[in-house]
Amino acid sequence: MTRVRVHTYMPPGHVRTPAYLRGKTGVIERALGPFPNPETLAYGLPGARTDLYRVRFTMAEVWGDMAETPTDTLDAEIFGHWLERLD
Amino acid sequence: MTNTIPPDARRWHDMGGDPAGPVPQDQHDFSLWEKRVDALMVIGSSTGHFTVDGLRRVLEDMGPDAFDRLTYYERWIAAINQNLIESGVYTTHDLAVKMAQITARGDTYGTATTPPTTP
Repeated sequence: MTRVRVHTYMPPGHVRTPAYLRGKTGVIERALGPFPNPETLAYGLPGARTDLYRVRFTMAEVWGDMAETPTDTLDAEIFGHWLERLD
Repeated sequence: MTNTIPPDARRWHDMGGDPAGPVPQDQHDFSLWEKRVDALMVIGSSTGHFTVDGLRRVLEDMGPDAFDRLTYYERWIAAINQNLIESGVYTTHDLAVKMAQITARGDTYGTATTPPTTP
């Protein structure tokens, strides 16, 4: 599966990627297809159709030593412009 | 695992992973004005005057103290109002005139549980 890292961008406006996942590495679980970009819809602007992916992370990756069950996984739906492809 | 994000850049509402207490499970009845706010949200978004994304943007921009000052539906109506002004449905002057009319109806209107009977 394709490995990706979530960008560490921290802009002051409306974004749809939670901070606790930024900088974390996961795998593409599936491509969900294009959806209108909520980050521009939020400002009353048209939402360009933007690829959305379901990305799977391990709890160890997300929470480090605080993870109670490190091998459990967490899925998050993240737009492509937040993802850096690693391989 | 690496985390190079400056901690102070995270926005206040983006609280995933923060320590938190139990989720309140108690229910309550909704007053008439709260139901109307809910209806206004459905009507306004289904007719294309705003998106749920636009409502979220305004709620986030209110800042954390809004959650102490305002109730759930007070925050909703503030966000709906901001979006309706931005999309040109009415002006702030229109709103001012309407608010004066509503105020003239009396103090009990906002807590009514049934619609007023029309004469």
